[in-house]
Amino acid sequence: MLINASRKAMHGGELGLLLFFATTTVLCLIIAAQTTEGPFAFHAALATAASIAAIFAIFNRYFERPAEPAPLEIDGKPNYNFGPVKFTTIAAIFWGFAGMAVGLIIAMQLAFPDLNVEPWLNFGRVRPLHTSAVIFAFGGNVLLATSFYVVQRTSRARLAGDLAPWFVALGYNFFIVIAGTGYLLGVTQGKEYAEPEWYADLWLTVVWVAYLLVFLGTLARRTEPHIYVANWFYLAFIVTVAVLHLGNGLALPISMYSSKSYIAWSGVQDAMFQWWYGHNAVGFFLTAGFLAIMYYFIPKRAERPVYSYRLSIIHFWAVIFLYIWAGPHHLHYTALPDWAQTLGMTFSIMLWMPSWGGMINGLLTLSGAWDKLRTDPVLRMLVVSVAFYGMATFEGPMMSIKAVNSLSHYTDWTVGHVHSGALGWNAYVSFGAIYCLVPWLWNRRELYSLKLVNWHFWISTIGIVLYITAMWVSGILQGLMWRSYTALGYLEYSFIETVAAMHPFYVIRALGGFLFLLGYMLMIYNVWMTIRSSDAVSPAAARAPSLQPAE
Amino acid sequence: MSAPKHGEIDPISGQGTTGHEWDGIKELNTPLPRWWLWTFYACILWSVGYWIVYPSFPLISGFAPGFAGYSSRGAVMAEIDSVRARRADAAAGLASASLTQIRNDPKMLEIALAQGKTAFGDNCAPCHGAGGAGAKGFPVLADDDWLWGNSLDEMAATITHGIRAATDDQTRSTMMPAFGKDGLLKRDEVAAVANHVRVLGQLEPEKGANLALGANLFSENCAVCHGAEGKGDRSLGAPNLTDAIWLYGSDVAAISATIHNPRNGVMPAWRDRLDPVTIKSLTLYVQSLGGGR
Repeated sequence: MLINASRKAMHGGELGLLLFFATTTVLCLIIAAQTTEGPFAFHAALATAASIAAIFAIFNRYFERPAEPAPLEIDGKPNYNFGPVKFTTIAAIFWGFAGMAVGLIIAMQLAFPDLNVEPWLNFGRVRPLHTSAVIFAFGGNVLLATSFYVVQRTSRARLAGDLAPWFVALGYNFFIVIAGTGYLLGVTQGKEYAEPEWYADLWLTVVWVAYLLVFLGTLARRTEPHIYVANWFYLAFIVTVAVLHLGNGLALPISMYSSKSYIAWSGVQDAMFQWWYGHNAVGFFLTAGFLAIMYYFIPKRAERPVYSYRLSIIHFWAVIFLYIWAGPHHLHYTALPDWAQTLGMTFSIMLWMPSWGGMINGLLTLSGAWDKLRTDPVLRMLVVSVAFYGMATFEGPMMSIKAVNSLSHYTDWTVGHVHSGALGWNAYVSFGAIYCLVPWLWNRRELYSLKLVNWHFWISTIGIVLYITAMWVSGILQGLMWRSYTALGYLEYSFIETVAAMHPFYVIRALGGFLFLLGYMLMIYNVWMTIRSSDAVSPAAARAPSLQPAE
Repeated sequence: MSAPKHGEIDPISGQGTTGHEWDGIKELNTPLPRWWLWTFYACILWSVGYWIVYPSFPLISGFAPGFAGYSSRGAVMAEIDSVRARRADAAAGLASASLTQIRNDPKMLEIALAQGKTAFGDNCAPCHGAGGAGAKGFPVLADDDWLWGNSLDEMAATITHGIRAATDDQTRSTMMPAFGKDGLLKRDEVAAVANHVRVLGQLEPEKGANLALGANLFSENCAVCHGAEGKGDRSLGAPNLTDAIWLYGSDVAAISATIHNPRNGVMPAWRDRLDPVTIKSLTLYVQSLGGGR
C-alpha cells in the first residue's frame, strides 16, 4: 500500500489544470473586488468559487484514483469513458426543461403583455434566455453527450484525456450559467444568438479548444481504419463553430473591470458578420451537429445500413461548402449591397439539395425496416425529425428568395420556420437520441415505458402542428396587412391593428408550446424511472441488437 | 468511388455495402439518386443565370451589375413613386386647399380622412388609443372636451407644434406651477383646494374639508387660468374643472397630486416628422372623431 501510494504522482493534466484554476481564482477575485458593476462582480465571484471548487475536485479525484491511468482496453474491449456523457445527458434534459418553460413564458407574454414583469422577466431579457437555453444549453449538451458517445463507439477507442472531457462538460455548463444569469441581470452584447459578453466568450473559447482537442485526440487513437460519417459532421460542427464564435465575437472591453465591450465591426459589416454567424450557427450547430446524431442513432436503432455512402460524402462537402455563404439572406432589402444579397439568396437555393441529402440518407436507411415505426416510438421520433428537417430545409431556401422574403421577413412566418426546425428536427432527434442513450449508458434493458414515449410523441406532435400553423397564418396575415393599400393609395392598416390581429394566433402558439413542454415532462419522468429502475443488465445486453464485433 | 472490393450484398435492398463497419453500422454503396443530382444541377444552373441577370459578385471596384439593371434602391423608389402617383390626382388639391375648403369638398375630405386614419394609427394611437379612446394622462379625442381648442386652426396648430415640445419654439408652452412642491401652498392648503375643485366638478368633498379656505385659495391662485368658476381657458390649455372629465383622476389624492406637482403633459411637434398635407389630413380626421367645430 505504502509503496503504491508513494509511486502515485500527479500527471501533467492535473498539474496544468491546478495551475490554471489557481490563476483564474486570483484573477477573478481581483476583478470581483475591483469592478463597480454588480452583475460583473457576481459573475467574477461565481467564477472564483467555481475555480476553487475545481481545485478541490482535482485534488479529491487524485486521492481517490488509482496510481495508474485508466486502461484504454479491458479484456481486449475498449474501456469507454461514459462519465462525461452521462453528465451532459442529464444537463441537456435539465436545460431543455428550463429553456422550453421560459419559451412558454415569452409566448404568453406576447399574447398577454401584462405578464412582462420588470425588470428581470422583461421580454427583452427573457427572450435571449429562451433561445440560448434551448439552442446552446439543451442542444449544446445533447451534442456534447452524443459526440462523446459516438466518437468513442465508432472509433472503438476511449475518450482522449483524463480530466479534459470533464473540463469540457463542466466548463461548457459553467458558460451557460454565466450567459443565462447575465441576460437576466441585463448583461448583453446585443447580438442575436451571441449575446454573452466578452468574458463569457473568452471562457467559451478555452472550453471549445479543449473540446476540439478531446475529439481529435479520440479520433487519432481510433482502432477502426476509417472515420465514420457522423464524426465528419461532428468535426465540421466543432471547427466551424469555433471560427464563427471568434469572428463574430471580436470585441474590445472598455476595461478589465467592466462587463461592457464594443464589437470590432461596425455598420453594415457588423450586420454581415452577425448574420454570417447567425446563419451558420443554424448551419453548423443545429444542422451539421444534429445530422451527426442522425447518422449514428437512426441506423443503430433501425438496425439497417446507412442508405448511401456516396450520398453522405457528396452532401457533406456540398453542405459545408455552400452553407457558409448563405448568411446574407437574413439581410434582404437592407443596407447590405445588392450583390451580397444575391449571393446569399442563390447559395441558399443551391443548398436545398445538399441539405436534402441528409434527409434522404436518414429516411431511406429505413427501407426494409419501415414496419418498426409501428412498434418503436423512439425510432418514429427519429424518423419524424428527419421529415421535419426536410420540410424546414425546403422552406428555408424558399424564404431566401427575395420576392418571398419581402412578404415573410420580420413576420411570424420566420418564427414558425425556425420552430418547425427547432422543435420538429432538433428537439425530436435529440429526444430520440436521449431515449436510446439512457438505457445504454445506465445499462438498462429497455426504457421504463415505451407507452410514455408514444404519448410524448403524439402530444408534442400536436403541439408542433399548432405552433407552426399558427405562426404561418399569423406571419402571412401580418405580411399582407403591412403591404395592403387602400384604393386611394394609403396604407390600409396601422401597425397597431396588425399587432391586435395577431392575438388569437399568439394564444394558439402558446398552447402549442405548452403541449410540447407537457410531452417533454413525460420524457423527464420516463428517463428518471429508467435510471431508477433496478433491472441493471450487462453493458452488452443493454445494447443487445448490436453485438457483432467490428471487423 | 469505385466499386467496393470487400463489400457484401445487403439482402433487403440488394445493394452492396462499402465493406466498412462501425459499432455495427454498415453503409450501402447506393448511387446518388438521379432526381436528387439533377435537381442539384438545376439549382446551380438557375443560380448562375441569376448572377448574370442581377447584381452579383464584387469586382475590384464596384460589382457585377447584371443585365437587368436592377437595384433594390431603385426598385423601392419606383414603388414609392407609383404610390405617390396613385395619390396625386385626388390629393393634389390638399396641399393648396385650406382646411375649411377640404372639409366642404366631399371628394377631398374622403382622401384626407383616409390619409388621416392611417397617419393616426401609426403616430397618435400609441398614446391616444385606437379611435382616440384616450388613456390616463392622454386625452380622449372622441369626446367634446378640448384643452387647446377644437377649431380646425387650433387643432392644426396643436398637432404642428406640439404641446410643451422642446424642439419647437412655437409650441404650446404654458405650465401649471408646482404649488405644493415649490412651497406656494402648504399640504393642508393643497388638500383644501383639491376639495374645492371637487365641489366645482359637482363631486362630494371629503368630510371636514375646509371648503372656505379652498375657495379662497382657488380664487387667489387658480382662477387666473381656470377661471373663477373653474370653466377653464382654451387659450392657456387650462382644463375645464366643472365637467366630468378628469385626465389624471378625480379623487382627492389624484387632484392633490396634480396641484402639488402637475404633470404638464407633453406631445411632440409633429411637423418634425409629418409633412404639411399629412398634418391637414390628421386635423380633419381627429376632428371627425369627436366634437369638431
